[in-house]
Amino acid sequence: MDQSFAVLTAIVLIPAFGAIAIALTPKSRVEIIKMFAVLFSVASGALSIWVLWNFDKADPGFQFVSNQEWIESFGISWSVGVDGISLFLVVLTGVLFPLAIVGVAVKKDEKAYFAWILLLMAGVMGVFVALDLFLFFVAFEVTLVPMYMLIGGWGHGERVRAATKFFLYTMFGSALMLVGILALVWLNQSATGELTFSLPVLAANVGDALSTTQSRIIFASFALAFAIKIPLFPVHTWLPDAHTEAPTAGSVILAGVLLKLGTYALLRFGFFLFPTVVVDASWILLTVGVIGVIYGAVVATMQKDLKRLIAYSSVAHMGFVVIGIAALNTEGVTGSVIQMVNHGVSTAALFLLVGMIYTRRHTRDISALSGLQKAAPMLAGVYMLVMLSSIGLPGLNGFVGEFLILQGTFLSGRYWAVVAAGGVILAALYLLWAYQRVFHGPAEGDNAKIRDLGVREALVMAPFLIAIVFVGVYPKPVLERIEPSVDAILCQVELRVDDFTYSSTEAGSQLDPEKRDRINEEYELDVDVERADDGAETGDEPSTPCERDAERMEILAARQAEADADAEAEAERAGEDGE
Amino acid sequence: MSSLWTALAQFGPEGVPGGGTVDDGVVQIATPSVDWTAIAPILVLAIGALLLLAVDSLWRGKKPAGFYALWTVVTAGAAGLATIPMWDRIDESGALSTVGGAVGVDGFTLLMTAVICSAVFLGALLAKDYLPREGLDGPGFYVLMLLSASGGVIMAMANDLIVLFIGLETLSIAAYVLAAMHLKRIQSQEAGMKYFVLGAFSSAFFLYGIAMIYGATGSTNLVRINDFLSQNLLRSDGLLLLGLALMLVGLGFKVAAVPFHSWAPDVYDGAPGPVVAYMASGIKAAGFAGIIRVLYLTFPSYSDDWRPIIFVLAILSLGVGAVLAIVQSDVKRMLAYSSISHAGFILVGVEAATQAGVSAVLFYLATYTFLVVGTFAVITLVDQQGDSAHELSDYRGLSRSSPVLAFVFTILLMAQAGVPLTSGFFAKFYVISASVEAGSYWLAGLAMAAAVIAAFLYLRLIVTMWMSTDADGAPAEGTKIRVPFAAGLVLAITFIVTVGVGIWPQPAVEWSEEGEPVLVEYQPPEPVDLGVPPGF
Repeated sequence: MDQSFAVLTAIVLIPAFGAIAIALTPKSRVEIIKMFAVLFSVASGALSIWVLWNFDKADPGFQFVSNQEWIESFGISWSVGVDGISLFLVVLTGVLFPLAIVGVAVKKDEKAYFAWILLLMAGVMGVFVALDLFLFFVAFEVTLVPMYMLIGGWGHGERVRAATKFFLYTMFGSALMLVGILALVWLNQSATGELTFSLPVLAANVGDALSTTQSRIIFASFALAFAIKIPLFPVHTWLPDAHTEAPTAGSVILAGVLLKLGTYALLRFGFFLFPTVVVDASWILLTVGVIGVIYGAVVATMQKDLKRLIAYSSVAHMGFVVIGIAALNTEGVTGSVIQMVNHGVSTAALFLLVGMIYTRRHTRDISALSGLQKAAPMLAGVYMLVMLSSIGLPGLNGFVGEFLILQGTFLSGRYWAVVAAGGVILAALYLLWAYQRVFHGPAEGDNAKIRDLGVREALVMAPFLIAIVFVGVYPKPVLERIEPSVDAILCQVELRVDDFTYSSTEAGSQLDPEKRDRINEEYELDVDVERADDGAETGDEPSTPCERDAERMEILAARQAEADADAEAEAERAGEDGE
Repeated sequence: MSSLWTALAQFGPEGVPGGGTVDDGVVQIATPSVDWTAIAPILVLAIGALLLLAVDSLWRGKKPAGFYALWTVVTAGAAGLATIPMWDRIDESGALSTVGGAVGVDGFTLLMTAVICSAVFLGALLAKDYLPREGLDGPGFYVLMLLSASGGVIMAMANDLIVLFIGLETLSIAAYVLAAMHLKRIQSQEAGMKYFVLGAFSSAFFLYGIAMIYGATGSTNLVRINDFLSQNLLRSDGLLLLGLALMLVGLGFKVAAVPFHSWAPDVYDGAPGPVVAYMASGIKAAGFAGIIRVLYLTFPSYSDDWRPIIFVLAILSLGVGAVLAIVQSDVKRMLAYSSISHAGFILVGVEAATQAGVSAVLFYLATYTFLVVGTFAVITLVDQQGDSAHELSDYRGLSRSSPVLAFVFTILLMAQAGVPLTSGFFAKFYVISASVEAGSYWLAGLAMAAAVIAAFLYLRLIVTMWMSTDADGAPAEGTKIRVPFAAGLVLAITFIVTVGVGIWPQPAVEWSEEGEPVLVEYQPPEPVDLGVPPGF
């Protein structure tokens, strides 16, 4: 790993420079502008792939870290890094933006359009790699302006109203979060004497620096901002409008990565900084998440507009992500992280497909569309596959995330899991029903003459299909990179919260012993006890996140020691050669 | 001659004018010792103004275009640069007081002076093409602006309530005339009249407040008042508090804090664009300089009494400014309310009553000066000849007809809304940080909520510029705006400062931290033997 090259900084800044380059290009040179947009977004995306390639899956901590003083007077630094949780979101961003840029044609004012998209890419990347609260906040806010401009400038129908609603909702959330961040920083300063916005430092101190009430209030100010961004019921109302009126690329990016800012931040900043509060508030998050799942599904079923339907399906899917996070065990949180990526892939693909239908038929009204599969079988096939992934069909990526989330939730809050599982069925209902109405049935008039996928469109869709099938069939490479970091975070929770057992209930085998005995007594069973004992004898006892984390750290330390020894031997040899 | 030197050198605070000494039968008039470099900015501004008048009346015939503006720009620049030698002295020996303790010069004064001079600098550049366009060219505008600024600088260095009042009046009376400067618009006359009547009223309040504080403490000198209050406990402080409240009315009027704001929308609407730019930046800065010197410096022991008042003023200004701004359809009125809301934000920094709060106020004022002048530069340009096109609809389609102008305007508005990577965001961040540090969580939270309401206003303007459509759905086409060189320079400077400070605020933060206001006792200089030449 070449530490001298700040690759993450480059990932964030390259699109920003691209935006400046486009701003300086004359408006009439559309080809150059397009070339710049593709070039800069692909460069940043390629670097994100490089990060994925060089990511050390054994290391649960932050990798590719780079620190740079920014505003010394406030202890603010440009501090970036990735771990297993942010890694795939960075890659998702790096892949989705170039695809959205290439895959969607723009008719007017290309210069501003591409400049805003690149700026948006820089902002999103900034959120995912930020390890400094100030940098995080700046990036979180910076994403607002380009998205606002994209919806307002290139959207449909009531675009200005939708854009303004989006802007004000999210800005209101983050306004209070800024006060929360500053309160956290200053309280930490008065307790430890160190003025810093650095996430790892604050996370280490927060437990001692803040009283319970203080951390609860500050967490609430964070959670409100994230809840609006995710969006959680009842602050989700900006989302359907924004999605529906946004241009295709806007919806793709909004659903693909922007919604993840909220859940990611909840995990990274909520969880990491306030584990005690998250444990106390987990039932609230579970409840709100379950409401989101059911409500989103029910409302989606009733939509007449195809795009709006998918928008509401996002509410349901993001509800799942929140449930998984609130499950507070390795399965649930890992499932949430992978579900964020999956939702990004499948919903972005769905919005692209709806965009393609819209450019052909100039309507998204489900009742106006019918029998499209006759004229456009390939379009129908691709749509079918993506839709099934969104439903969560086993063998496709959506299943992996939803299964893990439900499994994890079942262990720590089974009633919520039972209700949420109903959401999966509802998802099948509204998506299949919509598919049936749009693609089956008689094809008349314009519907019969619809053009099938072109080569460029097929090429744009190909990466999505590959990702959907690959993650669905063989999720291991993804999971084994996510899990160490999830374990590390949960271990923090275990260490800092007394009597915390959720995370240890893996596979149900570490149930409360008293409860286990009682069950055995009641049903006149003794098998479970034996089985558990067997497990203990053979060393199969499921471990807690902390134990796994400690194991990994040992391996890392051993590897480091080995590398050091090698380097020493090398140096000695070199010394001997020199003599 | 020798006796004059000795008299000058020997004068101290006790040597009251009129009580001169008698030497060799000649009554020597005692004058205070004056540290000329310390008050150089005032002198440069005032003498620059008077010289401009003199030159104009002596030099008959047509002046080269832009002569007055250039003169003003050079004068303001020189006044700003005149603060530089003082920095070293303050770094070495701390703040100092001179002119018999009437003025005090500290880091705060110097930064405020720089802010006010920047406002004049940019305002004059803006006026260069505005005045000929409106057929109003002449030295009067520039002379008044320079004199008003000298009053502002006096306020920033006042160490005595009477001096503060003199500064306030110099600042204001010139500004009343400036507001009425547009002879062809009846609204401008109305604005001047309104500003004058209400302003004179508020000055009377201010003066009355001074009298009461004199009655309660026995002095008008800030150092003496502070000493008196720290050494004595007033058994009944009603008089003092009433005096303080009355002074706050006067100062609150100058910064347009609610409920003393009612003049602002009408005056902003009627007054010429460059004047509004100067009022929103320079006069506001001077007003806050007065507030800091009086409240934070002189009455720290009464902070429990005045902090709640500032709290209420801040909340009212933030709320009323933001809410009333959204319902306006006239851009100048909108920005008048937005500037009221900004005043509320600055008051949040004052409410903290800490050094960090003062630094935040300085940072906010410095960055806001550039922001607001840039904003009004665009408005002045879009106004066109006749100075009347400032309805919201006049901005429709500006992005298509003048994309660069629309882009700069958008960035400036975003900065006013507090979007990150602009100076406006960091200014808000700084103020909120100081407020949270001082424990005023509620105020900080409410201020941020008000900032979101105010953001709607800027979005409305941005939408009008970028996203307006005609009845048939086609993008609206605005009128092409010609940007003269001087106004373009203003826009370039304000844009670069706004974005530059937004991305890299560290240097500006360091300067603001230097801007520490301190009260120092007047130290009369040692009588020096100036070595009288033989033969005298």
